[in-house]
Amino acid sequence: MRTIKEINEKIKKGQVVAVTAEEIIELVKKKGLKRVASEVDVVTTGTFGPMCSSGVYFNIGHTKPRIKLGGGAVKINDVPCYAGFAAADIYIGATALPDEDPRNKVYPGEFKYGGAHVIQEIVAGKDVRLEASAYGTDCYPRKKLETLLNIKDLNEAVLFNMRNCYQNYNVAVNLSDKIIYTYMGVLKPHMGNANYCSAGQLSPLLKDPYYKTIGIGTKIFLGGGIGFVAWHGTQHNPGVKRKENGIPCLPAGTLAVIGDLKQMKPEWLTGVSMLGYGVTLSVGIGVPIPILNEEILGYVAAGDDQIYTQVVDYSHNYPQGIAGSLGEVSYAQLKSGKITLQGRDVPTGNLSSYSKARSIAEQLKEWINKGDFLLTEPVAALPAYDSGYTFRLLTERPLGQ
Amino acid sequence: MVHKRIVLHFPHRLVDQPIVYRLTKDYDLQFNILKAYVTPQEEGLMVLELSGKKENFQQGIEYLQSVGVKIQPLSQDIIRNETKCTDCGVCVPICPSGALVMDSHTRKVHFYDNKCIACELCVKICPSRAMEVHF
Repeated sequence: MRTIKEINEKIKKGQVVAVTAEEIIELVKKKGLKRVASEVDVVTTGTFGPMCSSGVYFNIGHTKPRIKLGGGAVKINDVPCYAGFAAADIYIGATALPDEDPRNKVYPGEFKYGGAHVIQEIVAGKDVRLEASAYGTDCYPRKKLETLLNIKDLNEAVLFNMRNCYQNYNVAVNLSDKIIYTYMGVLKPHMGNANYCSAGQLSPLLKDPYYKTIGIGTKIFLGGGIGFVAWHGTQHNPGVKRKENGIPCLPAGTLAVIGDLKQMKPEWLTGVSMLGYGVTLSVGIGVPIPILNEEILGYVAAGDDQIYTQVVDYSHNYPQGIAGSLGEVSYAQLKSGKITLQGRDVPTGNLSSYSKARSIAEQLKEWINKGDFLLTEPVAALPAYDSGYTFRLLTERPLGQ
Repeated sequence: MVHKRIVLHFPHRLVDQPIVYRLTKDYDLQFNILKAYVTPQEEGLMVLELSGKKENFQQGIEYLQSVGVKIQPLSQDIIRNETKCTDCGVCVPICPSGALVMDSHTRKVHFYDNKCIACELCVKICPSRAMEVHF
C-alpha cells in the first residue's frame, strides 16, 4: 500500500497524516480499516514506566596527567559505576546504590537515591561529583581523581538500555496474609490491590505484536530525544501464547535501545524509588508505526478491551519461580480501577503513567507532522514469533567438578 | 455542628498533660485521633478529627491556644509536588480515604486534600516521592 520511503517523502512535504495509537482506535471504529488505511500514514505509540535494565555510558575526557579508570573504582555522587573499560569510559546502571545505603536492613528499605537519580540529575544539567581511584601505570600514572562533571563537558553521554519496553506485563497481587514490597509496588495482603505496568493500547510492542515494522535500527522517541532500537532486549520471548488478534497475553518481546543523552530531558527519564525493592529509572519511549498495509493497521487498532494479561501471585509463586496465572484480565478492566478476582473486587493501580505515555505519542506525532522526524527502515528484524528464540531459566550446576 | 481535621503541635512541657481529655470534658467535643507522635522531652504532634457545637469548638480551640498548643489545618500538611508526580496512579488503591483518585478521562491523579487523613501511606510508596509531608 505504501512504503517507508513514500511516507518520508510526505513528511518532508508536510503532507503526512500521523495520529496516535489511541486516536486510531476510534478512527477505525468510525470509518473502517480500508478507508483509514488509505488515509493514515503513521501511528505513534508511547510508554513511560520503570525499566530497570537501563543505564548510561560516558566518556569523561582524559586528565592531565592521565588516569586509567579501567580496572579502578569510580563513583558518581557516591553511586558506584562500572569501570571495566578503557581509560575514560564508565557506565552507570539505573539500580546501582551507594555503598552506605542500608538497603533492606531497615525493612522495608526506602532506596532514596541511586543510579537512576544520578542519571536524572545529569540529564537535568546539574553538576555531579566524580571520585575515582586507579592503580597507576607508566602511561597512566595518576591514581586519584575528584572532580565535578557536567553533561555539557562530557565527550559522550549515551543512554543504552538492554531491556526496555516490555510487550505486555503481569498484574501483581499478594495472596499471603502480610504486606509485601515488590518491584510491582506495595501489595496489600489477601489481594488488597492489584498492580499492573503497561500503557496498554498505547504501548509500542502491543501495537506491532509480530514486529512487522519495529526492528533493529528503528528510530524512536527516547527520553525526550531521539534514539534507536539497538537489538532485541534481554529476555525477549516472542513465542508466548497469543490471542487471535496476534497480541501476546503475557510478557513477550523486549527492546534494547540507545540514544544521545545530551538531547534528553529529565521529565522523560525519572529516578524512582520502590519501597523495599530498590531504585529504578522510569523511561519514556515512543515508537512510530508506519501503516504499510491494512494488516498492520488492524494490529494498531486493537483497544484496551482486546489486550489481555495475566494476574500473578507475588507472595509465593513469583519469588519461587512457579509459573501460573490466577486469572486473565483486559487493560480496559484494569483501567476501570478494579478487577474481579476469585469473586472479589480488587482495586488496581498502574506503575506506568498512561498520561505521560499519551504525551509521548502526541509529541512524536507533532515531530512527524512538523517534518522534524523521519522514519527509518529496520536493518534487521527482531527474533519473531516462530523463530524458536526463547527465554530460559538458569540451570544451576555445582562448582568444583 | 463543626467537623474539622486539625494538627496539634505540643511543646514538650505539655506532653504529659491530659489536653485532649479537657476538650471532651470541658467543651463537649468528640475526637478521633488519626495520628499521634508523643515522646517525652520532645515536641508532640497529633492529628485530630474534632467535632461538636460551633461555639464549643471555638472555645476548645481557644483553650488549646491558651495553653500553648499550636494549631494548623490538616490540608496544609500533605502536599503533592506536581513537578515530581508522574501521574502513574500506583498510590490510588493504597489511599484508605479516597483522597487520591485517577481521572478516567485525563488519566491524571487528583489529590483531594480535604479527604486526606494524613496517614502518610502514599508518601513512601510513591515511586517518584511526589507526596510530601509538611508538619
